[in-house]
Amino acid sequence: MAQATVDGVDSDDQFVGNHHVYQPYRAGLPPLKPYAREFWRRREFMSEMSTANIRAENMDSWFGRLWTVLNPLLLGVVYFLLVNILSNRGMKPGYFVYLLAGLFLFSTLQLAMSEGARSVTGAGKIITNTAFPRALLPIAAVRTAFGRFWPTLIVLFAMCLLNRIYPSVQWLWCIPVLIILFILSSGIAMLLATIQVYFRDTRSFLPYMSRIWLYISPVLWMPQVVPEKLRAIEFLNPMFGVVGTWSEAIVYHQSPKLSTLLLALAWALLFFVVGAYAFLSRERDFAVRI
Amino acid sequence: MPSESDYAIRVKDVSVTYRTTFERRPTFKDALKRAGRGERSVVEIEAVKNVSFDIAHGEVLGIIGNNGAGKSTLVRAIAGILPPTSGEIEVRGRVSTLLALGVGFNAKLSGYENVMLGGLAAGYTRAEISEKIDEIAEWTELGEFMELPMQTYSSGMYSRLAFSVAVHMDPDILLVDEALSAGDARFKAKASAKMEELRANARTMVLVSHALGTVQTMSTRVAWMEKGELLKFGEAEEVIRAYAEHHSIQLEAATTQEDV
Repeated sequence: MAQATVDGVDSDDQFVGNHHVYQPYRAGLPPLKPYAREFWRRREFMSEMSTANIRAENMDSWFGRLWTVLNPLLLGVVYFLLVNILSNRGMKPGYFVYLLAGLFLFSTLQLAMSEGARSVTGAGKIITNTAFPRALLPIAAVRTAFGRFWPTLIVLFAMCLLNRIYPSVQWLWCIPVLIILFILSSGIAMLLATIQVYFRDTRSFLPYMSRIWLYISPVLWMPQVVPEKLRAIEFLNPMFGVVGTWSEAIVYHQSPKLSTLLLALAWALLFFVVGAYAFLSRERDFAVRI
Repeated sequence: MPSESDYAIRVKDVSVTYRTTFERRPTFKDALKRAGRGERSVVEIEAVKNVSFDIAHGEVLGIIGNNGAGKSTLVRAIAGILPPTSGEIEVRGRVSTLLALGVGFNAKLSGYENVMLGGLAAGYTRAEISEKIDEIAEWTELGEFMELPMQTYSSGMYSRLAFSVAVHMDPDILLVDEALSAGDARFKAKASAKMEELRANARTMVLVSHALGTVQTMSTRVAWMEKGELLKFGEAEEVIRAYAEHHSIQLEAATTQEDV
């Protein structure tokens, strides 16, 4: 939150701003340029925060990593059996890989949501003791979620090879998908972190919300099977394009429609702007509400 | 340094108002129940009202006043944690804060990790912190506890670490809120000695304390706050005497009792 304006005259230290001017916020927001600069200067904090948290959960050990992978893998098996029994027919080959690809990606969003929600309320005394751009906390939580995501890609790759799905140029579509997912999760994390400060039971609603979101996203089913009267979810679900593009590119080597990807990006940016506004306009309050 | 920047801290007509809740753990459930009854749990607090003063480099300002006088809010505003609602605060120099005990991010993380995270959040680089971290650890005398998760710490150990971090980051300006009152007698003596050392090195300090004796020996100037307003500001001895008279405290008695 340090709205430091480092003046050129006597700032002999570019790392710790030496001249700070604190003024009332205009329109409820901290001055954005110094905010962004202070945020960027402290970017190392985010990587340290996520590695330390991953270490604290013992996720850096061999078994810890195994668990990060095992958890969605087992979930994949559960859904696979469920869908196979409910639909009462053998699924297309590759369906299990399709399911896993979607689940791995979606659990990153879910983790970003739950870690993001508690990022401010769980930060404790640092909020009351130190001035810093609070947005570092939810973004660090998103980083943690992505940090847990990378090891699952190895498993996914192995599963692809086992099912004779080989790397192709369409896999490059995964890059924009991940960027969009990062923007989207950051926005949601900031929004949830803010709400959590005011309503501490927000996190207890999250599992239901993220479960519903999973079911209306093309994780268990293919994007093409959406019935005509439910077409709205293609447009209203920010994750539709993200997961759909991801899984189809990996498993079926399909390129997405550009409009699908752009719509997903638009949703992500909208969430980011709304989340950032909610967070920044409220973060002054955090010090007296924690 | 230009002449008009001789001051370290300039507080210009600052008011700080904030809204908070009286609930300890606000929940959606309670909010709904309250809304049903047409109640609200939000209170607006005018913690600091139209306060102005300047502090020069090398001065030590003591802030005294009753509970709820706005002392803590004022130092938080100076630290940039709670920016003013009106007015302006200018701070020149590297600021280090000891406003809440516990460097704490995560009780599951070790002392070292918490120091690193706290330092990075405060805007220091990894290299700067690594340079200081041994000194910080040594001063706390925590030994191998520095490697252990902070949930294993006693409250005294928490405050030793927090204090050590604040004073060893080479601050030009140190903001301290009631920190000297924590810890055992030995630690208190050690902390006082360290504060004295910083004062001798012409560091600027702002101390919020109820211990009038400490305030009197440490401060060059004292601000007496009452209900958010600055009632008196001036030479330490004079303001403290006025405060003691007002509250009919025997100063000698206060000094000896509160510092025990």
